[in-house]
Amino acid sequence: MKTLLLAATLSLASVTAPAASDSGKQLYSVYCTQCHGVAGNGKGINAAQMAVQPRDHTDTKEMSARTDEELFKVIEHGGKSINKSVLMPPWGGNLKDDEIHALVGYLRALCCQKD
Amino acid sequence: MKLRLTLGAAAVLAAGVPLAAHADVAGDVKQQCGSCHALDHDYAKAPTHERADRKGPPLDYAGNKFRREWLYSWLQNPVRLRPAGVFPPAHVKPSADGDVVDTATLAEHPALDAAQAGKVADYLMTLTPFDTLIKAETYQPGTIAQRMGQMNFGKFKGCDGCHQDAPGKGGVSGPELYTAWQRLQPAFISAYIAQPAAWDPHTMMPVGDANTAAVHKLANYLKLIGEKQP
Repeated sequence: MKTLLLAATLSLASVTAPAASDSGKQLYSVYCTQCHGVAGNGKGINAAQMAVQPRDHTDTKEMSARTDEELFKVIEHGGKSINKSVLMPPWGGNLKDDEIHALVGYLRALCCQKD
Repeated sequence: MKLRLTLGAAAVLAAGVPLAAHADVAGDVKQQCGSCHALDHDYAKAPTHERADRKGPPLDYAGNKFRREWLYSWLQNPVRLRPAGVFPPAHVKPSADGDVVDTATLAEHPALDAAQAGKVADYLMTLTPFDTLIKAETYQPGTIAQRMGQMNFGKFKGCDGCHQDAPGKGGVSGPELYTAWQRLQPAFISAYIAQPAAWDPHTMMPVGDANTAAVHKLANYLKLIGEKQP
């Protein structure tokens, strides 16, 4: 019986297993680099036309002043949610919470774990 | 499963070799277009980073998206709609002034002759898996003052961060929108602005918080600027 249960559980797991998740770096490449730059320096291809310059994510001092919760909030709800520019859109409808957490983790690596 | 086309086959198509007259158009499209364009919705089940592998926009819902007459015309005279390609990070290089588009990495779309374009356009218009999204749409094309539309597009909603509403004006990561009205069905424009991820879960278009009236205003602005285009 135990064997049967285990087999059934494994079978169910294989059917419902989610696709391999994306890393924060991969998500950053898809959603953030157009404005924040491929190097995360705030100089993406859209930045030249913007009235407000995107945040430089490699700026250790600026980024250290933001908590993880604030970073999560601005990614989820956009710039307006922290009285910043509407040019930073809300990504909460595109990304799941764990993906936003992965992005926050990558932002921390970009800003503050330099060689 | 998407078929992958070799560059060689794309070059043959570009050189104007006609689609096999006896073959069915669906098979031809799958073979000739499937290397760059998704023709089924399988990508929706993949991790988000499949987005980085796309060479062209998905066509699996082309019949819910495009205007047939635009497809017919564009396929004969393809011009770039996305200044930085379908996946911009793949076509970017750093410079002293910031990232710039590396145009040398952008591929040209093959041109079809009129007969081929007609067949392909007719076939693509049969791909309508999202009829329910279109039928649920309440948008009725209307008018908006240029200045209000422009402010809404830029200052209030920030669409100009990624899209151009006039040649050379606005961001370059998204498709140009001053030609969107000629290209896209009105109901699609409205439905996509409201819920882009319902169409493509890996879209780079944010799911915004605009209410229905605000979405319709944006659609009317695209109508206004689109109808001014030659």
